[in-house]
Amino acid sequence: MRMNLIPRARNAAGSVIVADKVDVPAGLWSRCDKCGHMVYEKEVEEALHVCPECGHHRRVDARTRIEQLVDPGSFEEFAMGLRSTDPLKFKDRIPYKERLQREQAKTGECEAVVVGKAFIRGRAVILTVMNPAFIMASMGAVVGEKVTRAIERAAEENLPLVIVSASGGARMQEGMVSLVQMAKTSAALARLGEAGGLYIVVATDPTTAGVAASFASLGDVILAEPNAMIGFAGPRVIANTINAELPEGFQRSEFMLEHGFVDRIVPRSDLRREIARIIDYCGK
Amino acid sequence: MSSEPVIATGSATSTGSVGFLEFEKPLVRIQHDIEEMEREQREGRDDLTTEIKQQRSRLRSTTRRLYRNLTPWEAVLVARHPDRPLSTDYLKLIFQDFCELHGDRAFGDDKAVMTGFARIGGHRVLFVGHNKGKDVTERIACNFGCAHPEGYRKALLKMRLAEKYGLPIVSLIDTQGAYPGIGAEERGIAQAIAVNLMEMSKLRTPIVCVVIGEGGSGGALGIAVGDRVAMFQHAFYSVISPEGCAAILWKTADQRKHAAEALKLTAPDLRKLDLIDEIIPEPLGGAHRDPERAAASLEKYIVGSLNELKRRTIDTLLRKRYDHIRHLGAFFDDPSEAKPGKASAKAPAVRRAASRSIRLASRVPRAEEVPA
Ligand SMILES: [Zn+2]
Repeated sequence: MRMNLIPRARNAAGSVIVADKVDVPAGLWSRCDKCGHMVYEKEVEEALHVCPECGHHRRVDARTRIEQLVDPGSFEEFAMGLRSTDPLKFKDRIPYKERLQREQAKTGECEAVVVGKAFIRGRAVILTVMNPAFIMASMGAVVGEKVTRAIERAAEENLPLVIVSASGGARMQEGMVSLVQMAKTSAALARLGEAGGLYIVVATDPTTAGVAASFASLGDVILAEPNAMIGFAGPRVIANTINAELPEGFQRSEFMLEHGFVDRIVPRSDLRREIARIIDYCGK
Repeated sequence: MSSEPVIATGSATSTGSVGFLEFEKPLVRIQHDIEEMEREQREGRDDLTTEIKQQRSRLRSTTRRLYRNLTPWEAVLVARHPDRPLSTDYLKLIFQDFCELHGDRAFGDDKAVMTGFARIGGHRVLFVGHNKGKDVTERIACNFGCAHPEGYRKALLKMRLAEKYGLPIVSLIDTQGAYPGIGAEERGIAQAIAVNLMEMSKLRTPIVCVVIGEGGSGGALGIAVGDRVAMFQHAFYSVISPEGCAAILWKTADQRKHAAEALKLTAPDLRKLDLIDEIIPEPLGGAHRDPERAAASLEKYIVGSLNELKRRTIDTLLRKRYDHIRHLGAFFDDPSEAKPGKASAKAPAVRRAASRSIRLASRVPRAEEVPA
């Protein structure tokens, strides 16, 4: 059926090349960012937002991720009322306060991370999911605090902690307040470690900069989705510094696995099973 | 280390007024006048003692005025001043018997971070410091103070040694940031910094950190977790360089002055935000005008802090360190949002969010240069 529909979509668009300029009926068809194929949205959604043609793992917002990961209806959110104080009274082209309001209106979320307790294949976990739809899940005081509370809750309740990381890094608009969240989350993880808590990271696209250089690199086990960008410095910054092209696949999950910084690359469809398996091995 | 008079000028060197920054222009003229008069005096043409004295006093008051009202961008320039004393200068000026310890025992020796035993004010300590290099050869050898993963791993290895033998740690921070390169990423720069943050939060020995010049983001933070974090008066500490911030948020690096202002990266601003413990005063016109006096000021702070921290039991020390780190950064907490019923009341919004996810997902921007 898919095969039959693709040519029709192409015909309707006039030509393949201009297809993305044409309004495809919402929620029906879209073009894969990676392979360029027209894909049937319903099918992509059923495949957990992975392209059926090329296996490209699309970025998903926090709620979608939670729905994909946890046993239905098991997610109990906490630390919901946290809001940024705009500590710097930051203003670039627009005031940060306004930017936050826009992001809140756009996403229906108050911040860039959702934390809660849930079950994954019957195993209770503390789950932290970063939301790339909200200022690229950048970490300011609220994100740092929510992540820290999740870490503390995992220690208190002796539950495995699962963090699905995705972030552009520290949130510039909160300046140094953002940077120190790296220390805060890492210090909390030191305590979780001392308490014998299990911490599983699921690194998704993109896990970079300040988040990569703090809690996302500190998992007991680090899983990564295929082809996720994982790294510290921005690729453009590196390319400018060394004045050369970056190698193919640089700072991707497979690169990080090859260099020893990721334990396993796990396709999205296997995440639930893999997380449960690790929890069982660690006797949690 | 050359020892300069209170108001050092570039004219002492062959390169003219290289020591002056753009905003110091008013000083250049006065300094020039003084030098002219001094020459005439030496040549015995005239007795200009009074005039010289007057001009010197004018120089001081003008410097005071300029430096009292430094804009954040000017503070950045001062912190980056080519003549600003480096950690290696302070090593010579206030530390004794430095016994450098090289290498991370895994990959190599990163010269961008120096570590070793040293003495200061009667304390045996472990010294950790970024090294930017004094001349071109040195600067290239140590990548201008931009450390690779092995620099952070070396620091941690030596800090563990300090912990084992009960030596307090003194860490001097001065870097643009961690080195952005292929090798750094291949060898896990993010992981190396992350591990330092975690481990430094629980090292069982006092840690005193001072940002002496540039506090460049994660590369600075990677050796800046401790019981005390202070800054020199004209140092800056920022999540991203003003240039980088301007390029991302204003889409042009020309806005770096605005970015420097917006980022609240100066010592007084960070003190107000309660992100640093203390501001260490600098001599009039910045540390580069009187390195000895800057060093004395730094020594006083370090020794005072060590005296104080050493009086605490290790458990108290660690508890206080953790409590401090744990509470960095304020936020609003609206309890009404956190009521149990609220989650289910929000459920429709959640579902809406889920059905919007495709649109959202495709709108999520690509990763770009990012802070930290
Ligand atoms: Zn595809």
